[in-house]
Amino acid sequence: MSVSMTLTVNGVRRKIELDDPRTTLLDLLRERLDLTGAKKGCDRGQCGACTVIVGGRRINSCLALAVSHDGADILTIEGVAQGDRLHPVQEAFLAHDGLQCGFCTPGQIMSAIGLIGEGQAGGDPERVREGMSGNLCRCAAYQGITQAVLEAEKALAASGLKEVA
Amino acid sequence: MNSFDYLRPASVREAVAAASEPGAAYLAAGTNLLDLMKGGIARPSRLVDISRLPGLDRIEALADGGVRIGALVRNADLARDRDFARRFSAVAEALLSGASAQLRNAATVGGNLLQRTRCAYFYDTASACNKRAPGSGCEARGGENRLHAVLGWSESCIATHPSDFCVPLVALDAVVEIEGKAGRREVPLETFHRLPGDAPDRESVLEPGEMIVALRLPAAAAQFAAHARYLKLRERTSYAFAVVSAAAALRMKDDTIEEARLALGGVALKPWRAREAERILAGGRADAALFRRAAEAALAEAKPSGDNGFKIELARRIVARALALAAAGTPERLPALPGSPFAALSGDVIHA
Repeated sequence: MSVSMTLTVNGVRRKIELDDPRTTLLDLLRERLDLTGAKKGCDRGQCGACTVIVGGRRINSCLALAVSHDGADILTIEGVAQGDRLHPVQEAFLAHDGLQCGFCTPGQIMSAIGLIGEGQAGGDPERVREGMSGNLCRCAAYQGITQAVLEAEKALAASGLKEVA
Repeated sequence: MNSFDYLRPASVREAVAAASEPGAAYLAAGTNLLDLMKGGIARPSRLVDISRLPGLDRIEALADGGVRIGALVRNADLARDRDFARRFSAVAEALLSGASAQLRNAATVGGNLLQRTRCAYFYDTASACNKRAPGSGCEARGGENRLHAVLGWSESCIATHPSDFCVPLVALDAVVEIEGKAGRREVPLETFHRLPGDAPDRESVLEPGEMIVALRLPAAAAQFAAHARYLKLRERTSYAFAVVSAAAALRMKDDTIEEARLALGGVALKPWRAREAERILAGGRADAALFRRAAEAALAEAKPSGDNGFKIELARRIVARALALAAAGTPERLPALPGSPFAALSGDVIHA
């Protein structure tokens, strides 16, 4: 059962012939569109490594059926920098050592961009930790991640860039 | 994952017709269903995608003061709706204590009601499970069962219902609107989920093809706005299912409780309304002794289904503490850790 669908991924409209409706959004991004930034960690919605932003909301792309998102606007880690200029959240992760091995980092960064866009954390580390609890880091870089998110939140508020999320 | 036919109907009527076929399942966000399909626990031959059906994603204030929540409203959108969260803050707190931000952004209200148990034996297709494979037995009964049910369980199934959202909803008399081949009907949430009995594979009153289209909370539910809390004990700080939870809602005049609502989560295969405890609370002075008496009544019929006797006393304490928190007043802003016993309260409480 083949299905035609379109997605706007990182601002580019893509036409896709889906030969199997079982394809998850994560597998479509990684296997068909060669966007391997979103990672397949648990593939069951438990680790957050597959986090992408769909229609302005962070979700687990492993638990999203691609065909169900026909027409959606998707932002992945590949689309957040502007040329060589990193996104403020990426900058903050570097500045605060918010990673070690880096496998969970694309998901962490997309989740952080989503969290800042939601506007609920308000500079409170406890709210940041709670809001980022859907992203596991086996290297346990949590302290750096929390600091990075807090700093990026401030930087984005100052630059008025929050709409990027 | 088994292969399936994918349909995207344009109306509720078409959806009901498509889903009335044997082997069909509704797909909304899929946050639970896709997980079950990946594990081979659910094997639908047809997915009926209702995620874009028009008109089911609205939160509507009703003329009589109640609220109607479309089945496709996302958990996060409901919890962050200012008017809803102000009037039904225990419901918002329960929603925000559940899952992760990513899942709450996707998961729907209707899907939350229909999520399946998290019993590990249900998830493990190599284990006997009467819910997954009727008649095969229950390996949880003599297995790892410290988190299983202490109320309403049977020899055939000791699983629990995992929802947080449903706990305050059942306390507040939520009603489920259902559309089926025979038209629309309404069922109180309290009778929507079935206890296991000898047919744990039948989880709700839904007939084949029937679909949840909305949930309603009556105007009376908002009368508890000043004293309503959800308290949820987890095995880690965040992003975990409840070991035990409680929703407590009080209508108070000075120190006296005029009316009380109480329900428990994590203790049974359905959200558990504690009506006898509510009767004990009504008219009483809000103090620790009364809360303890109510808690004793709420768990009066509890019995361990395995190595989970500790949950009974734990549930009593969670109930007493939820009542104390509710009596102290709804916080102006939900704590950083919603529903958590470790949450520090910031800001003032609302006094009606």
